[in-house]
Amino acid sequence: MHVTSPAFKENAARALGDPGLQKALGKAKGAFLQRRAEAVARLPEFEALRDIGRDIKNHTLAHLDFYLETFAANVERAGGTVHWCRTAEEARAAVLEICRAAGAKTVTKGKSMISEELGINAHLEAHGIRPVETDLGEYIIQLRRETPSHIIAPAFHLNREDWEADFRRAHTDLDPDRVFHERRDILAEARTKLRQQFLAADVGITGANFLIAETGSSVIVTNEGNGDLTQTLPRVHIALASIEKVVPTLEDCVSLLRLLARSATGQDFSVYTTFSTGGRRPGDLDGPQEYHVVLVDNGRSEMLGTEFQEMLRCIRCAACMNHCPVYGAVGGHSYGWVYPGPMGSVLTPSLIGVDKAGHLPNASTFCGKCESVCPVKIPLPKMMRHWREREFERHLQPGAARGSLALWAWFARRPQAYRLATRAAVALLRLLARGRGAFTSFPFAGGWTAGRDLPVPQGRTFMAEYAARQRGR
Amino acid sequence: MSREAILSAIRRGLKRGPLPPDQRLMLEARLAAHPRHLIPARSRLPRAEQVALFIRNVEKEFGSVRRLADAREVPAAVAEFLAAQNLPPRLAIAPHPELIGLDWSARPMLQVEARRGAAEDAVSLQHGFAGIAETGTLMLPSAPERPTTLNLLPDTALVFLRASRILGAYEEAFDLLRAELGAMPRNVMLVTGPSRSADIEQTLELGAHGPRRLHILLVDDDPAALSAP
Repeated sequence: MHVTSPAFKENAARALGDPGLQKALGKAKGAFLQRRAEAVARLPEFEALRDIGRDIKNHTLAHLDFYLETFAANVERAGGTVHWCRTAEEARAAVLEICRAAGAKTVTKGKSMISEELGINAHLEAHGIRPVETDLGEYIIQLRRETPSHIIAPAFHLNREDWEADFRRAHTDLDPDRVFHERRDILAEARTKLRQQFLAADVGITGANFLIAETGSSVIVTNEGNGDLTQTLPRVHIALASIEKVVPTLEDCVSLLRLLARSATGQDFSVYTTFSTGGRRPGDLDGPQEYHVVLVDNGRSEMLGTEFQEMLRCIRCAACMNHCPVYGAVGGHSYGWVYPGPMGSVLTPSLIGVDKAGHLPNASTFCGKCESVCPVKIPLPKMMRHWREREFERHLQPGAARGSLALWAWFARRPQAYRLATRAAVALLRLLARGRGAFTSFPFAGGWTAGRDLPVPQGRTFMAEYAARQRGR
Repeated sequence: MSREAILSAIRRGLKRGPLPPDQRLMLEARLAAHPRHLIPARSRLPRAEQVALFIRNVEKEFGSVRRLADAREVPAAVAEFLAAQNLPPRLAIAPHPELIGLDWSARPMLQVEARRGAAEDAVSLQHGFAGIAETGTLMLPSAPERPTTLNLLPDTALVFLRASRILGAYEEAFDLLRAELGAMPRNVMLVTGPSRSADIEQTLELGAHGPRRLHILLVDDDPAALSAP
């Protein structure tokens, strides 16, 4: 996938000026927040379950080698095959090889972020195999040749008009003058179109929300049923999963499932939660003949033992981006790779390098909302701070930023000078303001004042105020 | 080999070698015991209330439930439901003894075929393994007598379920699965209401790729579940 993360600032500026995107973001923003809040309020044990979710994932990560080996052994016991892949390249090759062995012409796909990360579609297309995305949001993204802008709602950035126009453009066999009275009509058209694809496909590729070591199962969670049709109808099912998806037992899995849907869409439970274990059994009337798990590392193992290990707890619910003021303003595409929002700001530098993704951990006000809603309590702001430190250590920031930091650090280590300087700055700003409450422009601060006003200090410096209050006690 | 490379990269990250035997034993014991974590209190109810909670949750998720005093009433209930919904009197049923054994000939207008689901099916009748009251969820494990396609391809999915098979939490349903089926079936679907999507402007619409309607025929075979709460 093409990376535009280094151009985050330009992407964000463009996004802020895009009326269609701003309309879509404005509409969608409230829906997820309210539904999550209601779902959480209906379950008094939710907070306790977050601790449990964190502990299950920590336990698994601490013994990841054991649980992956157990998982693989149980997949094989159930007649399936595990393909261990260190890199995206190995994973693409493994998928292609399975498709070729199956003589595949068409491949249906369930929504999978790891598939985006690996670039599976482009690779299959380059080798003459047609991938068909079947999740409604992914389907339109594929028609538009875009990338998902949200990890659970790929078409988060689109409005109804976009859907209608794209469907008219793509489904040329249908009456061009047909009317879409309601959203339901758009859905019905997609259902009919994709039904044909489900039946024609030779291979079905899904992601996995969880892998279960105890049983050798892959688990998918969907509302549409497209993932299930994808993994049930074709002769071959491939589940793509990264190594941190494994959990020990069914009990561990359902504890995390209680958190997942509530955090993601605000449902108590998604419509379809499906556990797949091996291929068709004797006497079965349906189901795939072959079951493959493509197990991908692609940078995860290198996060173990670092200050970013906790990021591997992520269950991809998207609560962090739904609650993020930065995501809500600039949308998912600005982040420039697969994973947007706070989880993307931490994960992307780990996977593609902080030299390319250094802007992402800086695109945060550290308001802390992401951490407060994370179902597995990942300290996202803390990890963004770690990335900023690494960026500084590796001299990746521009000279002006480093110079300003050095200047601030000189004063910060000299309290007397610091107080003197801040007192002088306050006095100077108030003098320049001549009674106004804020500056709309200021020398050398155009980056700040272009998007907002610079408030004039009201009253004294913090230390002066503090000293005065101490005296008054 | 990539397998060994990944495993050693993990161990390097965790700053240790392969797990010592005593630790492996401990983890194997955890897998064998598969301990439960906190289970929400909401489904720990007397039988009648538990069944009522199941029904309430199915309806909250846009499914519907009809209670029947006896399994013998199922063919009539199916015929009446299809007539009321203006659907053709034709359906694919799961080749499960409990469904095949029903007296379908008493409803000669109904065309009933015991088989897997097909793309053109309007209506199916699946055999429900268990109901989970916590969220109004059906557990539908695959088997020769319970084809998965019946859960997915028809527009209208009917599910036969005995009230005695309604449990409180997911954990109880998986324990029932382990006790009755032993190894994990090829496919276990947990189904909560009919198919839906919110991909268009984050607004919920029913009837995506799976069934548009989910109707449960609940056979009251559990006297304890009947007493009014």
